[in-house]
Amino acid sequence: MRFIFKISYRQDLGLFRDRFQRDWYIALLLGLLALPVLLPDYRVDFSLMLIYGLCGVSLMVLAGYTGLVSLGHAAFLGIGAYAHVYFAQDMGLPWIVSIALAALVSAAAGGLVGLPALRMTGIYLTIATLAFALIVQEVFNRWESVTGGLKGKAVERPTIFGVSLQDDTSFYFLCLALLIAGLWLTRNVLRAPTGRAWVAIRDSEIAAQSMGVNLAVYKTLAFSYSAALMGVAGALFAHQVGFLAPDIFTVLLSIQFLLMVVVGGLGSLHGAIFGAIFVALVPVGISEARDVMPEWLGRVFSVFGQDAGSAVAAAVDGFVKHPGLEPGIFGLVLVLFILFEPQGFYGRWIKIKLYFSQFPLYKRATFKRQKSYMRSERLR
Amino acid sequence: MSFFRADSLAMQFGGIKAVDEVSFEVEAGEVFTLIGPNGAGKTTIFNLVSRIYDPTSGRLLFEDEDITEVPPHEIAGRGIARTFQNIELFERATVLQNLLLGRHARKRSNFLEELLFLPKVRRLELEHREAVEKVIDFLDLQSHRDSLIVNLPYGVRKVVELARALCAEPKLLLLDEPSSGLNVEETEDMAFWIQDIRELLGITVLMVEHDMSLVGAVSDRVLALNYGRPIAMGTAGEVQAHPDVIAAFLGG
Ligand SMILES: Nc1ncnc2c1ncn2[C@@H]1O[C@H](COP(=O)(O)OP(=O)(O)O)[C@@H](O)[C@H]1O
Ligand SMILES: [Mg+2]
Repeated sequence: MRFIFKISYRQDLGLFRDRFQRDWYIALLLGLLALPVLLPDYRVDFSLMLIYGLCGVSLMVLAGYTGLVSLGHAAFLGIGAYAHVYFAQDMGLPWIVSIALAALVSAAAGGLVGLPALRMTGIYLTIATLAFALIVQEVFNRWESVTGGLKGKAVERPTIFGVSLQDDTSFYFLCLALLIAGLWLTRNVLRAPTGRAWVAIRDSEIAAQSMGVNLAVYKTLAFSYSAALMGVAGALFAHQVGFLAPDIFTVLLSIQFLLMVVVGGLGSLHGAIFGAIFVALVPVGISEARDVMPEWLGRVFSVFGQDAGSAVAAAVDGFVKHPGLEPGIFGLVLVLFILFEPQGFYGRWIKIKLYFSQFPLYKRATFKRQKSYMRSERLR
Repeated sequence: MSFFRADSLAMQFGGIKAVDEVSFEVEAGEVFTLIGPNGAGKTTIFNLVSRIYDPTSGRLLFEDEDITEVPPHEIAGRGIARTFQNIELFERATVLQNLLLGRHARKRSNFLEELLFLPKVRRLELEHREAVEKVIDFLDLQSHRDSLIVNLPYGVRKVVELARALCAEPKLLLLDEPSSGLNVEETEDMAFWIQDIRELLGITVLMVEHDMSLVGAVSDRVLALNYGRPIAMGTAGEVQAHPDVIAAFLGG
């Protein structure tokens, strides 16, 4: 058990919960700064992981804090990506200006999608965002003068203030800097009145409204801010993949983002990051499995004879090479988390920490919730 | 000059008239109570006053201003705060966050300032915190500050909701069945608090309540409703003795 002595209201306004948490984050930052040196040639793509982190923060603001679940966030990623490439390459604007404009364009699109959110709730809103994403994908297909259409569009490496970031390491640092900036800004908003208003909308619209929260303004703001973060992530994503085509920004990618925030744990920024790490690691795990699993399992089963061994190897080989494996695994994980750990990795992490801090005395019932039927369903 | 007035207020849901030509006036500094059997339209009147519903007809006046057309999110800023019959707290937030949200109508920072958490935002947050702490002391919520609402028992939630409404520093406080679901001791505390809210904080209270001992202890005037229509008005004793009221409550 750790005691935090609160002696000033200022302590509750800090960026971090307490001194210990701050020290852990400094250690983590040092680790991240040293990562390219420590693991120079690893298979995990750390830049992509950081970009996913930004996507996770974006959707966490909307789904986790404001309670508006979007299945169209890949569209904002695409808008940010195409807008940035258009501004930076076709119009030749400076990189910084271009990424800022991409964020603004995406934010404007977000505000537009936010409008139906004023009338729709729950699953209906989610379907509206899905429809929006499909329309945007069609626009990417057709608007060839800007997007290059189905032929796609090659993306150059970023050049910032005349410095060209040609190698992966410098790009990694760029992504890290923007993720930290995104986290910092988001944390600031969340500990200020606007963040509280979002949480209020999530938990009870009617009470939020009666306490003075303008639902239209704050829902639109949540959509715009979330989309702006996604726009920045999209700009980085464009450099990361090096080539933009409309079929990158599919509904499947949106589902992957949703998976990220659910698996990470709705309603916490930690969750967004845990989810991003998970989603970035699954494809790596699958490709590892592709390489070693068939042979390894074949060898295990060859105790039943050579034929059985090679038959198993062939079957497993066919299974892991199946193109639908990755979405399948994502879907399965999503369902399992909703069933068994609705608070995601972050919730699990809290439980593990509590288990060790109270070691012999931990009670499972600590986290059992009583069902309560108190909120009026009639007034929505 | 009148403090609060409802002028032939009516609200119709499809075929039923939930509120039917109700007029009443609340004077500054009093505790005014609405009573009536279930479905009499009391909560609907509250929802009309807090502008959740648009009345079918009638007018609402607060401090001599017509608020019949004011959007619901501006009501708190004008000085009317409320609690709900079926507690509407922000369940996955802490007590402190709930109470700080109670100050939303007094927010003075904009989004850009908050993004950067400028010193101004920090200063305002400290001011809000100090106001909230006064309410915490007033209602003895010190030990629950950092608890999540989902982990609190019903009785405490009820107090937190009252506290959240007080954080808005209202002039008129609407309490929808403040004692429902509370045990005898909690109801007693509630009676003391309602008196203190009126006497120490100078807040006018408009209340819906079923517990007649609580009504008698704190109300200055009582209005009885049945099927959306007013049937009697006066002190708690007078209204309780009124033959129509007795008939209404006995289901006559
Ligand atoms: N949103 C609504 N839609 C339809 N009918 C409603 C609605 N709200 C209230 N009513 C009806 O109006 C009448 C009064 O309800 P209410 O004001 O909640 O009564 P109470 O006096 O018990 O608080 C009831 O018949 C109720 O069914
Ligand atoms: Mg009621």
